[in-house]
Order: sequence, then structure tokens, then C-alpha cells
Amino acid sequence: MTDEPLLRVSALSKFYGSRVGCDNVSFDLWPGEVLAVVGESGSGKTTLLNCLSTRLLPSSGTASYRMRDGQFRELYRMSEAERRFLMRTDWGFVHQNPADGLRMTVSAGANVGERLMAVGDRHYGKIRATAVDWLSRVEIEQDRIDDEPRAFSGGMRQRLQIARNLVTGPRLVFMDEPTGGLDVSVQARLLDLLRGLVTDLGLAAIVVTHDLAVARLLSQRMMVMKDGRVVESGLTDRVLDDPRAPYTQLLVSSILQV
Amino acid sequence: MPTPLVVSDVAKSFTMHLRDGIKLPVVAGVSFSIKTGECTVLGGPSGAGKSSILKMLYGNYAVDEGQIIVTHQDGLIDLARASPRTVLSVRRQTIGYVSQFLRTVPRVSALDVVAEPLVERGEEREAARAKARALLAQLNLPEKLWMLPPATFSGGEQQRVNIARGFITEHPILLLDEPTASLDATNRDVVIELIAAKKRAGVALLGIFHDHDVREAVADRIVDVTAFAPGKLAA
Repeated sequence: MTDEPLLRVSALSKFYGSRVGCDNVSFDLWPGEVLAVVGESGSGKTTLLNCLSTRLLPSSGTASYRMRDGQFRELYRMSEAERRFLMRTDWGFVHQNPADGLRMTVSAGANVGERLMAVGDRHYGKIRATAVDWLSRVEIEQDRIDDEPRAFSGGMRQRLQIARNLVTGPRLVFMDEPTGGLDVSVQARLLDLLRGLVTDLGLAAIVVTHDLAVARLLSQRMMVMKDGRVVESGLTDRVLDDPRAPYTQLLVSSILQV
Repeated sequence: MPTPLVVSDVAKSFTMHLRDGIKLPVVAGVSFSIKTGECTVLGGPSGAGKSSILKMLYGNYAVDEGQIIVTHQDGLIDLARASPRTVLSVRRQTIGYVSQFLRTVPRVSALDVVAEPLVERGEEREAARAKARALLAQLNLPEKLWMLPPATFSGGEQQRVNIARGFITEHPILLLDEPTASLDATNRDVVIELIAAKKRAGVALLGIFHDHDVREAVADRIVDVTAFAPGKLAA
């Protein structure tokens, strides 16, 4: 474990005209840490995620990322090409809708292999072997490797998207409602899989979710957002068991007991 | 004897924003310390704030006032002010916790639930599982349950999984929140023996035990929590 964070975010804001996307968000993320960002629709959590992953440029504020050589680089000062390279190699982005993160008309194996080729792998046999290995890690049968994701169920597509993202050994993964829209049984399986992968690979992750149970299961730290601002942050179990901000208390008290 | 944990003047209240901001004081002026090789017991009736104190010491509840000084990796840390990252490190290395109820995770077997804290501390998974098996056997959990997720277990079975998970590591401080509440006499005796073994190993224990016999068997000192009732401070 190193004593330097992987990502440093300082006073990040994004305005859409006069409307607030996210306002003055600051935090550090260390290697191996999973940070959940929770809040209702429109709270700014997805705007924040998109700014951090440089899919959107913020209106003000900074975010610096510790590259593999140990040097911090200011994300919003990188060239477009550098950011794309980071996105293809050192980062992953798991979308809520797998169709946004997969190529639906090429095979499952190619979806995984493509990311490997992006980092310079050219040996077909090796790429295929790695693809098979990753499909099995996300519990997709080997005989489905040549099928297109169009022929997969929602849960399988989401697992394939995860394999595609993790195959290059990223250090930071962004997830936007990774279990949204899945049946609860499928969701449980996916969560367990994600939990295992994150622990085994020592990934850092930023997970946006409106589901507090998902946040409890996956994350160690949590930020609660409302109207673009962080209203409370801390250890996930502390925030959920002893919520301090009025809005967090409302969120926690609104959970349905099974 | 060394005192790895010192609590001084800790106060805690809950502010219920959904109930017009009504403030519920829980404890105030909490001051005590625990010693290595001893089991200190928090005494007092239900609602006196015993569990809240344990939860503050584990970083699970926020602390309004006061200090919780813990010896962690050859330094001293104030847990009441520590960053989340520091609290996580303290939990991994220094303070273990047996909660009242097991929080289960779908699809994770009882054996892996127990082995997990060791794996987090860097132990090989198979070695951790071997220790987990030994502990589950000692606590008389039927072997046919080991590979099943504990969600469907009975209360007593879940509690034994929880105890095994808490006792498997060598944390120098161990917090116990009614670990014997739903156990039969045989397994209560096993827990008493496990606590005695921790004491011999120089662990500082702090627990809540409603069971009179267990308390008699394990307690070296009793800290009366009613002394920390919020009203008393004014007197």
C-alpha cells in the first residue's frame, strides 16, 4: 500500500448554464478503495462521474490522477488522445446499460479481445485464451464466446461488459448504476462477482448508485449528494448506521425492510 | 499493564432531523480505559448506551465530543477524529468486532465469511480457510453448513459464524456485543474458553454480556455505563 492517493479531486463544479450539475466536490481516492456516490435522480452523481472519467469537462476545479510512473497528471489538461489512452488501458467504465459499453454486433470474445488489442496485444491465440479466461471469471460459459451480446440476457451482458473493462488490468473503474435494471437474483450474483473481483484485483472504484444496499455491499466509503452538493461523506457503515445530514436521514429511513 | 485504548469525555447524541430536529442524548462524559490481557465489561440496563459506546469505538457511530485514543501501528490515533481511511486501517489491524447480528452477503459461504478478515490482513486464502474450519468445528457448527451462505441459518448458527469471524484474527483489541445472546449452554462455554484464550494471548477485550453466568466467568472489571447518563453531567 502506498501513501499517495490514486485520484485527487478538488473543488470540482459543473454548471449547465445557470443550472448546477455538481458543485464544489472534493475528495481523495486511494488504491483499492471503493467509493459509493449516492443520491436521488438529479442529485448530480452522474454528472460528477462523467466529469471524473473526463467524458464531460467541468466548469471549474481540478482532478489529478497518479499515472503508473507515479507522476500526478492534471486530467483536464491532458490531450484528448492521452485521455482516450487512459480510458482504454488504466481505467474502466461500466455503464448502466450494457449496450452503451459493449459492441453489440461483434462476438463476446471480440468484445473482450478488442480492449487487449488496444493496449498492443497482437497474438490471436493469446488474446483468445485471455478472453476465455475472463469470460469464465464472469461466469459466462466458454461455448458462448463466439455469440454476439445481442443474444445474451441482461445479466450476462452486464457481466460481459465487466470482463471487457477489467481485462486490461485497470487501476480505476467507474460504474454507473451497475446493477440497475436487473432482477434481484441476477443483481445478487453480479454484486457478489463485482465484490470478489474488486477485492482480488485491488481495484479502486467509484460507483454511482441510488441503491443504498448496493453501496453497503460494494463500498468502504460513501458520499451522499443532493442538488449537486455533497451533503455527507464518510465510512459507508457510519453514514448508513448513524446518518447525520437531514437528507441522509431521509434516504436511510426510506429503505424498505424485507 | 499496557492500555491500548483510552476513552475520555466522549459524548454522543442523535439529532432526528425528520422529527423536527429533536435531540436524543445517549451518553456524556464517557471515560475509561481497557488493558491488555483483560476483559472489561460494560454494565448497565438496556438503553444505557452500551452498544452505542462499542459502535463509537469501532468507528461505526460518529462521536460528538471527546477522544478515543488507540494504539495503532506503534502510534497513537484519536478515533473520534480519524479519517475513514485510518478507521479502515484500524479495523484491519488493531480493533476486531463481533456484532450482535451477522450481516450476510448473498452467495458467500459461511467458511469464507469467517476467513475473510484474515484474507484482508494478507493471509493466504487456503490457510485462512483452514483456520476458519477449525474455529467452526470448535463452535460446533455442523460441517454440512460450512459451504452454504449463512442467510438461511438459525439465529444461533449465524451468531456462531459471527463469533468465528471475530475471533479468527489476532487483533490486539476485540469488541464483543452480546456474543452469547442466542447460544445454548455448550456453545456459551466454548465462547468463554475462546475469550480466556484471547486474554492469555494478551488481547484487550471489551464486551457487553447480558448473561449473568458468562459475565461472571469472563469479566475482570465492570464499567458501569449508567455513570455516563447525559443528565448526570449537569449534577
